[in-house]
Amino acid sequence: MRSDAVPTRESMFKNRKTHLMDRIMPVVLFLCATLSILTTIGIVFTLIGETFNFFRQIPFIDFITGTKWSPLIEPKSFGIWPLISGTLLITVIACLVAVPLGLASAIYLSEYAHKRVRGIVKPILEVLAGVPTIVYGYFALSLVTPVIRSLFSDAGVFNALSAGIVVGIMIIPMVCSLSEDAMTAVPRSLRDGAYALGATRFEVALKIVVPAAFSGIVASAVLAFSRAIGETMIVTVAAGSTPKLTGNPLESIQTMTAYIVQVSLGDTPHGSVEYGTIFAVGMTLFVITFLLNILAQYVARRFREEY
Amino acid sequence: MSNVNANLNMKTNVNKSKEEPTVGAKSIFVDANRKQIATRRRIDWLLRLLFLVATSIGVLALMALLIDIVSNGIARVQPELFNNFPSRRASEAGMKSAIVGSLYMLAIMAPLSFLLGVGAAIYLEEYAKKNRLTRIIQLNISTLAGVPSIVYGILGLTLFVRELHLGRSLLSGAFTMTLLVLPIIIVSAQEAIRAVPKARRDASFALGATKWQTVSRSVLPSSISGILTGVILAMSRAIGETAPLVMIGALTFVAFLPNGPMDSFTVMPIQIYNWVSRPQASFQELAAAGIIVLLVTLLIMNFSAILLRNKYNKHI
Repeated sequence: MRSDAVPTRESMFKNRKTHLMDRIMPVVLFLCATLSILTTIGIVFTLIGETFNFFRQIPFIDFITGTKWSPLIEPKSFGIWPLISGTLLITVIACLVAVPLGLASAIYLSEYAHKRVRGIVKPILEVLAGVPTIVYGYFALSLVTPVIRSLFSDAGVFNALSAGIVVGIMIIPMVCSLSEDAMTAVPRSLRDGAYALGATRFEVALKIVVPAAFSGIVASAVLAFSRAIGETMIVTVAAGSTPKLTGNPLESIQTMTAYIVQVSLGDTPHGSVEYGTIFAVGMTLFVITFLLNILAQYVARRFREEY
Repeated sequence: MSNVNANLNMKTNVNKSKEEPTVGAKSIFVDANRKQIATRRRIDWLLRLLFLVATSIGVLALMALLIDIVSNGIARVQPELFNNFPSRRASEAGMKSAIVGSLYMLAIMAPLSFLLGVGAAIYLEEYAKKNRLTRIIQLNISTLAGVPSIVYGILGLTLFVRELHLGRSLLSGAFTMTLLVLPIIIVSAQEAIRAVPKARRDASFALGATKWQTVSRSVLPSSISGILTGVILAMSRAIGETAPLVMIGALTFVAFLPNGPMDSFTVMPIQIYNWVSRPQASFQELAAAGIIVLLVTLLIMNFSAILLRNKYNKHI
């Protein structure tokens, strides 16, 4: 009887099922968590495997130095640079739109705006971030392109400028919310110190808050750049499908992502060189965005001002 | 603003006492100071205006987008749009197979990504030790969130369509999209779980509950609305995603409803893409009508997420 009064470990776990769950669940949950690692390994291996096959047929040097990309039409050539230049053109235009506007919005929201204004503007920007990219593609083609063509008579139906501007509009919310987070993290005492010395609001914003939040702002710009590089549907719909090495934003170009879509829409037989180009281009895309994301994380951590 | 003005006046006073070598020069210094302050305040006012304009550009862009789409497409939002299959003739074309395809994909993807994502989040927040492996998993998740969606399409094409022989099926699409949204779900679920006060766990342990009992009966119920909010937002991202499904070969012209998970399929954004890429004005109108349907779907999903979030904020 006495032993019953003191609960032992066995009596506490009368329910064997409970005991079992406490053994199984950590393992099951751990497997869920490792799925993310497996995904990364999967991405890297699929890309490397097929890319390797591709480079057995096409010399790597031709791919990385070539300035002509026409893998689907004879005479075939496999120089990646036209696709990279097209991607960069779009990305640079997008960042010229998104970084100043996003940063200015972030400064306005964090330093100037009344609480009520922020309560209205922030959800609107969130909606802007949630609009599917195909919708932006339609927007570029049906509204932005006609405006551009009426301003510049030599602009094509498909042009880099229209797609770039719309990609920029798409990433404004991202730049804005990440920069605003960085600015909100700047301690209030720094602002108060500056105000006490007689600074105006813009002096506090530009000389105190922005420098203090600079690492976060740069990180947001780098992430935006990486996001613009990976953007697919807007450029597929509005930027055209003519890979060329040009800096003229009024011409039709092709980005890496748009090329991948173009090939996958056609009937390219599995195992052919054309099929391999998807993976070679995808690998290039993956490596560039991966490096940029690492850079953004590094900048945010390494150059953070600690208070 | 009055606060700032007071500060400015103070500065004027300080400057006065410091920079007055003689009584005669006093008025000159004060005038110079006043002028400087006026200039700075004018700059402040100008920049305020500039920042406001920049902020409103984003808002105006959204307005322009919505007006453009509604004015082009609202006339085509007719019963035929929901009842008809895609057709070569724009007047007869509808998006029935695309709407059903999107719903089917959601039905497979939502429970799958919920279980896997929340499982991973529970592991990372409740079970994981602070070691190297945990750090790697955490870093890996944030890196995966930055991988372009089309790269997931390439993975899906190779892994599900070819290696696992699932073909260009609904299942391949749902699996690919699950991998795509997992990082988003994990991160938001982690935040929701982290927000549960430690006291709740301690209370549960004090009652003699085991770890799993604590997690499943105390932590999860307290964080479930936050978790669901994240899942719904991730699902609305998936509903609008086009590129990865183009990659794995969701068809652009499907004149039947999928019968099982192994059937080929199409989804709303792909049907819209198909219509957008046709030059005829009538198909452009159809695309706008399709976009209206897609946006209304997303609106409903986001609205329910906001309702959940409000409920959640009341709880903790």
